[in-house]
Amino acid sequence: MNVLMENPALWLTLTVAVYLLAERIHVRQDRSALTHPLLLSVATLVPLLLLSHTSYARYMESARFIHLLLAPATVALAVPLFANIAHMRSMLRPLLIALLVGGTAGIVSALLLGKLFGLPHDVLISFSPKSVTTPIAMALSEKLGGNASLTAAAVIVTGILGAVGAEHLLRALGIKDEATQGFAIGLASHGIGTTRALHISHKAGAFSGLAMSLNGVFTSLCLPALLAIWPF
Amino acid sequence: MKNSNHTDFLTGFVGLMAYWFIGELLVNLLGVSLPGPVAGMLLLLGVSLLRQRVAPSVAQASHGLLAHLSLLFVPAGVGIMSQAALLAEHGFGMLATLVLSTAVTVAITGLTLKFLLARRKPEPRQP
Repeated sequence: MNVLMENPALWLTLTVAVYLLAERIHVRQDRSALTHPLLLSVATLVPLLLLSHTSYARYMESARFIHLLLAPATVALAVPLFANIAHMRSMLRPLLIALLVGGTAGIVSALLLGKLFGLPHDVLISFSPKSVTTPIAMALSEKLGGNASLTAAAVIVTGILGAVGAEHLLRALGIKDEATQGFAIGLASHGIGTTRALHISHKAGAFSGLAMSLNGVFTSLCLPALLAIWPF
Repeated sequence: MKNSNHTDFLTGFVGLMAYWFIGELLVNLLGVSLPGPVAGMLLLLGVSLLRQRVAPSVAQASHGLLAHLSLLFVPAGVGIMSQAALLAEHGFGMLATLVLSTAVTVAITGLTLKFLLARRKPEPRQP
């Protein structure tokens, strides 16, 4: 039994199997952000690990083969970004200014509010890239002294919040233009928000995807410099 | 035919790995605190913009990897199990931070873009 428990195939197989099941449930629930496959997978795997007295370190010995693929997947994000940039050249200037303002607001608001709520320093660092897509956010957090798991959780929660609430907030602010709605949703809540923006319209989805990619680039270039001069 | 598709995927995958490696190399040489994979992504974007195209094999491998991107976060996501004490102590503050910060980000981005687009002269429709 012990030999089987220590075989890397066990948790590797379970991780992929649980994910595939979660993905099915997600599709069946009309891709609601509340049934995001990552959320369901983690909520299933953590109890399984606790029940079988398996430590995270032991789990990672086998799951790291999946984790390793994050790096080439991050490089791959350049492909959809390239396609989106080509489509939206004519509007690029206002979009870039909105990126600069909104992207900075995303980082600074997390740092200030986190400080206000008394969060420890490493949590602040882990939360600062919460608006960008998970692979970039995790890589940044690790590089800058945060905790990658905490960042993954913050990014997912942010995505769900954006997907569930952003559209209502934008309407309340009188923003009805679909391109603007999509751009704001994607910038603040990355891929999970983009899935939601695609429900508004194809146009909103495209602008959301563009904003997500652009903010990934902006935050990776600006966050290290900003944290270096951050006074708190 | 099937064979060449498989080869294409592998070629593209090796291409992505090479961009990752060159990204790590550059980051280390220049001593900047950019993550290697992100540097690799910026390089691939730069090369694609210069050539005005993405190699089909790289596009194919990217599509394959990004189709199930969420699966790749699961191992890291499970790591939240090691943070139980932190969540118990700061759970409310963390959630409040994320809720308010997300709202602020959405609002500021939306209002900025609305303002900028309203200032632009209406463009003539393209034929």
